[in-house]
Amino acid sequence: MDIFLQQLINGLVLGSVYALIALGYTMVYGILELINFAHGEVVMIGAMVTLAVVNMLMASGVDIPGIMIVATGLLVAIAVCMALGFAIERIAYRPLRKAPRLAPLITAIGVSIVLQNVAMIIWGRQYISFPPILPMTRHDIGGAGITDLQIFIFVLALVLMAGLVLLVKKTRIGRAMRATAQAPEIAGLMGVNVNAVISFTFILGSALAAVAGLMVSAYYGIAHYYMGFLLGLKAFTAAVLGGIGNIAGAMLGGLLLGVIESMAAGYIGDITGGFLGSHYQDVFAFFVLIGVLVFRPSGLLGERVAERA
Amino acid sequence: MSQKRIREKKLKSRLLAVLLSALLLNLAACGKNETATTGDGEVVVKIGAIQPLTGPQAHLGKDNENGTRMAIDDANAKGISIGGRKVRFELLSEDDQADPKTATIVAQKMMDEKVNGIIGHLNSGTTIPASKIYSDAGIVQISPSATNPKYTEQGFKTAFRVMPNDVQQGKVLGDFAVTRLGAKKVAIIDDRTAYGQGLADQFEAAAKAAGAEIVTRQYTTDKSTDFMAILTAVKSEKADVLFFGGMDAQGGPMMKQFKTLGLNAKFLTGDGGSTPEFIKLSGGSAEGAYSSLPGLPLDKMPGGKTFADKFTAKYGQIQLYAPYCYDAVSVMIAAMQKADSIDPAKYLPVLAGITHDGVTAKVSFDAKGDIKDGAITLYQVKNGKWEVLETVGGVPAPATPAN
Amino acid sequence: MPSNWQRLKSDRRAAHVAFVALGLLLAAAPFLVGASLGNGWVRILDFVLLYIMLALGLNIVVGYAGLLDLGYVAFYAVGAYLYALLASPHFGLHLPVWLILPLGALVAGLFGMMLGAPTLRLRGDYLAIVTLGFGEIIRIFLNNLNAPVNITNGPQGISMIDPLGAGGISLSQSFELFGMQVPGIYAIYYLFLALALLIVFISLRLQDSRIGRAWVAIREDEVAAEAMGINTRNIKLLAFAMGASFGGISGGLFAGFQGFVSPESFNLMESIMILCMVVLGGMGHIPGVILGAILLTVLPEALRYIGPLQEALFGRVVVDPADLRMLIFGLALIVVMIFRPAGLWPSKTRRREFSSEAEVPEQEALYDAKR
Repeated sequence: MDIFLQQLINGLVLGSVYALIALGYTMVYGILELINFAHGEVVMIGAMVTLAVVNMLMASGVDIPGIMIVATGLLVAIAVCMALGFAIERIAYRPLRKAPRLAPLITAIGVSIVLQNVAMIIWGRQYISFPPILPMTRHDIGGAGITDLQIFIFVLALVLMAGLVLLVKKTRIGRAMRATAQAPEIAGLMGVNVNAVISFTFILGSALAAVAGLMVSAYYGIAHYYMGFLLGLKAFTAAVLGGIGNIAGAMLGGLLLGVIESMAAGYIGDITGGFLGSHYQDVFAFFVLIGVLVFRPSGLLGERVAERA
Repeated sequence: MSQKRIREKKLKSRLLAVLLSALLLNLAACGKNETATTGDGEVVVKIGAIQPLTGPQAHLGKDNENGTRMAIDDANAKGISIGGRKVRFELLSEDDQADPKTATIVAQKMMDEKVNGIIGHLNSGTTIPASKIYSDAGIVQISPSATNPKYTEQGFKTAFRVMPNDVQQGKVLGDFAVTRLGAKKVAIIDDRTAYGQGLADQFEAAAKAAGAEIVTRQYTTDKSTDFMAILTAVKSEKADVLFFGGMDAQGGPMMKQFKTLGLNAKFLTGDGGSTPEFIKLSGGSAEGAYSSLPGLPLDKMPGGKTFADKFTAKYGQIQLYAPYCYDAVSVMIAAMQKADSIDPAKYLPVLAGITHDGVTAKVSFDAKGDIKDGAITLYQVKNGKWEVLETVGGVPAPATPAN
Repeated sequence: MPSNWQRLKSDRRAAHVAFVALGLLLAAAPFLVGASLGNGWVRILDFVLLYIMLALGLNIVVGYAGLLDLGYVAFYAVGAYLYALLASPHFGLHLPVWLILPLGALVAGLFGMMLGAPTLRLRGDYLAIVTLGFGEIIRIFLNNLNAPVNITNGPQGISMIDPLGAGGISLSQSFELFGMQVPGIYAIYYLFLALALLIVFISLRLQDSRIGRAWVAIREDEVAAEAMGINTRNIKLLAFAMGASFGGISGGLFAGFQGFVSPESFNLMESIMILCMVVLGGMGHIPGVILGAILLTVLPEALRYIGPLQEALFGRVVVDPADLRMLIFGLALIVVMIFRPAGLWPSKTRRREFSSEAEVPEQEALYDAKR
């Protein structure tokens, strides 16, 4: 039982990181019906910038507590990622808004390659380690362990998501976002500045990506210019699982994917009598995804979209 | 507007096409330079170095390139004469992206450049398909780091390596785990790469043969960062030794999560984890971990300490295989000197029978091209640094410094 | 000038001349390239042909039928592994090439149907993620099926695969021609060229066939297509199977050409690159797709010369070429798509559809102030 609990904790923490990144995909998709394949790289840039600032502050020897150092790093990273998100949309997506729908997919891949290589030139090819300045106290719950950082990640993800839902449901800009998602042309007629709303969406998603970047690098203690690809892929899967375009769906999909991966790694061997092992964890996750999509073609919480090409 | 715009559009596209094709042609033409001798009558010896310089393994590739470059710079500084003429060694380095297809393209390109020898590739997956091209052209290839036994089993006379293959290293590690660490219940994790899986399989066989029980075998990938789930599974089996077949980029974070979960097994890994990077990435939880590294410790070898100091001053920390690249180049040059020829056909038989004092080992090859009697050294992390525990096998090199 | 061009285009004699010239050029290409740029470029030429076949296969699924497939490399992998298993010391089997290649096409086609069947109801981006997952699943199985029974030899890959050839004559061996040693990559070129031409021919015939028009109908509007009496299920499955079989043939050729296969050749990035060839060249338009395949195969290799280029321009290497190569490649993808959103060489109908939208902004602006 303690092992099961431990796997559940592992999965939920991993899942909340996926969920936070999945939000970026889902918000953009909800408004533009565009898979922003470069989103994973924004997460990577967020992690790299945070680390660069943290390492710089550590090296300069200023006497402030670790949390403050990390917070400073995060603020800088959020600012950088917001600017980046804005720029990506302006340069790579806006000119193609009326283009065939696969065109922006290719520019997204281009942006992704460019960001990776820029990061490689700036921060080098080495893996960068996160200095151990955050408290790592371990708590015991029924035989399973959980650290302060894990609790923090989980709670922060929940808070950010709740905030986002409130923003979309209750605020003026949120209403503009929903209107744009529904029918951009009519929203424009009603006085919504569609371009501004789209920019805002990218900026918001990128800010969340920066937070996710910090979480990943602090939790695993590692950052690398290539880390965005796999994270982005997993988060995209999570977003689709939950129903892409749906904020609650991204959250559910992320957490679910994390737990599925954890449980698959932990129990797939036992279930199949040792025939399959943890190397099939991704296969398992994809099978679940395909299974869900066969029965619910728009994901778990996605609205049933009538005949849309 | 339409007519004018269409024309403009057409013009634009045509311009684009012309520009593109002109650029391509120009670029391609630039690459052609076939100078065998320089103005001073020196003979230029081209050594090709191929490794991934982009993608997830770029940090290792760059390290390999640096090791090769330093060996070539050192050789040039010495002013070597072969066949009665002064020679200058020139490095041609290319990126194979760790992709087998790109590797063969680059290999073919190196043949066009008429290189005199190849140092590469880094991965087994690129080394093997490229080795056929080198063999067809009769060009000597020394891989600094490919460990797949298949590489030298293809029957190519031109294929050598200065790194023991998986079988050799896995055996030492398995014996060590059982006899020295007292392992009874062993858990194994590998990263499903040719390197990690090969080493883990050999480790498993050796550990079983020595009497240990394999309680669980878990898997990850060479791009993963999260190992909590598989480590929890390991924990539930109450293993006393955990072996990881994979690289430092996974090993370090794995060590950290290992401690987070409160596992108290002994952690053992192969050469891929035997780096300072491993300790750094573990966030201070690497204390007590064991690893192995082919060859003798650098400071035990003649020239090893000098190499390490010079390399660190010039390129920063050694990542992993740079010393092996250095040895690969220096043994190739030694063979050229001994054969008094830079012609691969002439120096190849000499290379096959050579004995050379490298910085990692006394290098000599068996009939297949594998390094003979490869020594393997075991290390443990003590006070945040890898300290030598013991060396298994191999012939200790003479204490007198060479050259 | 356009009128001149038009006249030239409709002139049958000119067409014949152009056709013969193109044929001669294709026949002489490896020797021209080999003599001017070196044999490395002949090998690149071989890969260009291989990617043309792959891109044309994906073009059927994505370009004709409009089904976004991000796991196309799975079929390539199936073909490659089938060849490797049936013609290597791994199982001790050495079946002839002319048997394995069609078999590869068939098996890959079956895999294509396997992928198609559960995804019939899915649309657009949902289909994309499922196909992506399918590609990864195939790769993971190839990577892991070395235990408990060793089928694929896992990450170590399969080596010493029989070279392409027939009757004991290997195409990858160098041969003698007019007293010159000609490396095997030249012979391989002609084999690949023949098969690529065959695939171009099939693609062309398909395009104008009933099936081809049914695919386009589904792409444009599935509901309408169904209402017109098209059996969308069968037609979609056929698209997957046809596309996959081209991938299977290419995979077999790859395995025989390289002599070694391992799972790392069949990763997601490879699928994405093939998709880029199709879209960047001009979806659904055969010359465009061929152009895309040529450009995206040649460009990364041509960019290797930025080191020497810098030397020529500045007298020294300013920026490490390895740092710049992929960066420029990424930038090129962005720039091309921004300036040519329908692809470099889109089909006439597509261009018309696209430009009709772009050319009436005055009218549209009345209703669409903000966009």
